[in-house]
Amino acid sequence: MNVIVCMKQVPDTETLIKIKPDGSGIVKDDIKYVMNPYCEFAVEESLRIKEKHGGQSVLITMGPAKAVEALRTGLAMGSDRSIHLNDPAFEGADGFATAKVLAEAIKKEPYDLILCGKQAVDDDMAQVGPALAELLNLPHVTLITKLEFSADKKKAKVEREVEGGKEVIEVNLPAVFTCQKGLNEPRYASLPGIMKAKKKEVKAINAAALGLPGDQVGAAGSKTQINRYLPPPSRPPGKVISGEILEAAQKLVKLLREEAKVV
Amino acid sequence: MAKGIWVFAEVKDGNVRKIGFELLSQGKKMAEKLGEELVAVILGSGVEGLTERLAEYADKVYVADNPALAQYTTDAYTTVLTNLLKEHQPSIFLCGATVVGKDLSPRVAARLQTGLATDCTGLAIGDNGLLVARRPVYAGKAYVEVVCPVSRPQMASVRPNVLEMLPADGAKKGEVIKVEVKLEPASLRTAIVEVVKAAGAKVDLTEANIIVSGGRGLKGPENFKIIEELAAVLNATVGASRAAVDSGWREHGDQVGQTGKVVTPNLYIACGISGAIQHLAGMGSSKIIVAINKDPDAPIFQKADYGIVEDLFKVVPVLTEEFKKLLSES
Repeated sequence: MNVIVCMKQVPDTETLIKIKPDGSGIVKDDIKYVMNPYCEFAVEESLRIKEKHGGQSVLITMGPAKAVEALRTGLAMGSDRSIHLNDPAFEGADGFATAKVLAEAIKKEPYDLILCGKQAVDDDMAQVGPALAELLNLPHVTLITKLEFSADKKKAKVEREVEGGKEVIEVNLPAVFTCQKGLNEPRYASLPGIMKAKKKEVKAINAAALGLPGDQVGAAGSKTQINRYLPPPSRPPGKVISGEILEAAQKLVKLLREEAKVV
Repeated sequence: MAKGIWVFAEVKDGNVRKIGFELLSQGKKMAEKLGEELVAVILGSGVEGLTERLAEYADKVYVADNPALAQYTTDAYTTVLTNLLKEHQPSIFLCGATVVGKDLSPRVAARLQTGLATDCTGLAIGDNGLLVARRPVYAGKAYVEVVCPVSRPQMASVRPNVLEMLPADGAKKGEVIKVEVKLEPASLRTAIVEVVKAAGAKVDLTEANIIVSGGRGLKGPENFKIIEELAAVLNATVGASRAAVDSGWREHGDQVGQTGKVVTPNLYIACGISGAIQHLAGMGSSKIIVAINKDPDAPIFQKADYGIVEDLFKVVPVLTEEFKKLLSES
């Protein structure tokens, strides 16, 4: 089975985010970038499918030059080849414009299945997977935590996390799934894997090669725009409750009832 | 020209979810400002009885009642909704940032080729009449204000528990309009074959009013018993830090933080959680935060409204007893 994995490079989750003084964006100096954690589940699942059923694991990302690092990480984990959608015209894309570019590139590839992370932990939009499925006219299932195939590989049975439980869903392939924590434990790249990855294909594709006009990609092709960035709402300084344990517990309960009014 | 604010009234276990009324309450203020009508849309099977309360908020209630809509499936709900939205061309469409809303809204937005702001924490109408959606990015380490300048409807999914729910207007009686449902069986590409309820399922973390969370300080899975006992007294949901989940002490569904769930309860009690930045991002917009940790320098205390610097194994059981006393009195 050929699996396409859509992935994104994002700031490490330990990163402190600083906003530019004019609110136009975040300060991007000194940020350590990593593969989006949810994309790791997608890459890992594609490798397990390849190991069990054969076929290729193909990575695709849209991003600037440095996004190659995320592709190399996935190739080092074991994916076969990769596609880097890189063009200054792609910058500033919202979920729709991102899905559009991915869809055009994926149309030129053979695939049985497309995997995405459930969301990228930078913009937290959680839109690209379902939007991509719509643009490719494929079914989608979000938040999967288990994936199996029918004997003829024409159908998949997936489990997805819902509030207070899970659903088991059957779906015809090809389909788009977004991956949630719990699906698998992503492997680390091995040293031989890292060496091999250097020789694996990273195919660069720009807007012209996709045949997409400039007004359909990046900020120009986006349906939404960000007016400004803001810091999180500030919290008043907290109170440290002192005293013996019983006394402190009693004070806390009283404060939560009388001052905070939450119990 | 596109007109009207539409709200998706999500049904769960035979009732309209509270987020639907929260959106209608906010939608009413915005509809008055724009001079447009407020519309609720409800999909399901045997849901006509649920329209009455919606009609106390909305000027119109569209109801699509059909056995094929008994359970949420992406294709059926997307088709019914997009057909309605294409026909009536509202200026704004809102839904909850629930599991259903987050699955449905990007698909609907892509089919209508319009813009969507997901997981919002605030909505307003700007001076130019555009919907301004405020939403967290980087799991709440920053916020953005998003607009959808040209395409319609302007779409947003909004987190439960962040918008104020106003009481219904008992005198109001919106018009209830039945929608004919036509679905080609071949167009429904996914089938739910089983629904498994989690054992002893409490309110989900994302919707919980009170959360009691445990971290590395618990030292082992067996010690979560004291967290569960406190949670039981408060009718709270149990959460966990990534450290606790990665150690295999709790299920991944319990994880609060940037790679887990982002939560907004009224009360968040963090026990033995140091407060790694990715955890703080996930719970930092809780209304009241209590931290119990023996390390006075733990970063969690910088977010906490109330802190007790002590061994959680000594404090939590006493606290449980004190809450028990308080709640049995009232």
